Amino acid sequence: MLKILKYSIFDLLRSRWSYVYFVFYLILGFVLLFLNNDVNKAIITLMNIIIVLTPLIGTIFGVMYYYNSKEFTELLLAQPIKRSKIFMGQYLGVSLSLTLSLVLGIGIPFVLYGLFKSASIFDFGLLIVVGAFLNFIFVALAYNIALSNENKIKGFGYAILMWLFLAVIYDGIFMILAIKFQEYPLDKFALGSMMFNPIDLSRTLILLKLDISALLGYTGAVFKEFFGTNKGLILSLLVLCLWVLFPLFRMAKKLQKKDF
Amino acid sequence: MIQIQNLHKKFGKLTVLDGLDLTIEKGGIFAILGPNGSGKTTLIKCLLGMVVPNKGKIEFQGKSTLKKWDYRNNLNYLPQIANFPSNLSVIELINMVKNLRPKQANEKELIDLFGLNPFLQKKLGNLSGGTKQKVNLVLTFMFDSDLIILDEPTTGLDPIALIYLKDLIKKERNKGKTVLITTHIMSVVDELADEIVFLLEGKIYFKGSIDTLKKQTNQTSLEHAIANLISKQYTN
Repeated sequence: MLKILKYSIFDLLRSRWSYVYFVFYLILGFVLLFLNNDVNKAIITLMNIIIVLTPLIGTIFGVMYYYNSKEFTELLLAQPIKRSKIFMGQYLGVSLSLTLSLVLGIGIPFVLYGLFKSASIFDFGLLIVVGAFLNFIFVALAYNIALSNENKIKGFGYAILMWLFLAVIYDGIFMILAIKFQEYPLDKFALGSMMFNPIDLSRTLILLKLDISALLGYTGAVFKEFFGTNKGLILSLLVLCLWVLFPLFRMAKKLQKKDF
Repeated sequence: MIQIQNLHKKFGKLTVLDGLDLTIEKGGIFAILGPNGSGKTTLIKCLLGMVVPNKGKIEFQGKSTLKKWDYRNNLNYLPQIANFPSNLSVIELINMVKNLRPKQANEKELIDLFGLNPFLQKKLGNLSGGTKQKVNLVLTFMFDSDLIILDEPTTGLDPIALIYLKDLIKKERNKGKTVLITTHIMSVVDELADEIVFLLEGKIYFKGSIDTLKKQTNQTSLEHAIANLISKQYTN
């Protein structure tokens, strides 16, 4: 598996898109720091971008990489390597190279700005952790969709729809329900619904840590009240782990029966 | 060497393999023939573990292959369509496949044989179909394995490369290897095959030597004998 992982990363590091993605974050980091002139504010703005953008890029990269390396995968399948190792290696390759672009792209400007001397280092660390989680989650979801769809266009379409649903539509539905049933106690419902969306969960996680009640919104407020900051932090990290593991589990299941 | 029992495979509603039984003994060249869509590639892919059969048993060297992977270290496979990652160079691909298998490889000899030296640093995406097939052949023949599976090995080759390929296959047989070939080119079958395995409607319709086939169909040439077998499908 390590060999496959090595080649996947090697392959992706040669691709122009990894650099485009890296440079994008680099510029974004510098611009935000110079515009805000404050690490804390830059982190909040960055969070809003990362939470929507990393899932999108992860989804697109995941689907694209699967379909583009299809022939090569078939070559590997005829070699004495376990099926699950081939795909796990590729999956980790994509996720890690995206995470690398994210960490370096955002890390460099913040370190240069003097992150290590600022008190926000933990907030920043959490932002990076959440960004990495979102990469691993959405690449895994994208791989699941691609594995279930032979047709490239369909697979791509479903993957984008999945992102759109989790990033935009989900919140919309939640809002409508919240307004519709506002006479009822919605705390538990809000909590539950957040667990089922990694993007909402990540947002709450960072906001809990940053402790900005103005930005917490309804779900966040409930969440904070219910768990208290530390408990909430650990619980949401655990749920994020489940969000990585569950798609991987399904992937392994699917692979056992798939024909190539 | 290979034992296949009651193999079934359906793709959706389409039945491709329908209770196929096949035994391949060690040593010799076996040509797997049949009309388009008769299940040749599916049969090979089942053997390789790329396609999961619905029912049936496959044994390779006395052990079941289903859900296993390490047996593939003892077989070489040439896929039908040679599509490689386009941003790798030929030599990088060869080194990578070498790296993936815990086995000695003699790629130098084969690279010289097929005249691939000028292409080694070129990206695979820029190669012609025939050159890609030569790379494909190098990747297949560079390992020393007991079983060699060739799916349409002649596609896109020039006449000289074809002669080299045939010599290569004969050499492997003389070393006691088992070679499975699928092809639509009857002259290759006539020249190489020790035995013919003819697939029709997902079953083995005929298995035996070329002479037996000719006698059974009352034909003097292999081409007509095969045509005779295939025509049965059209008259049904």
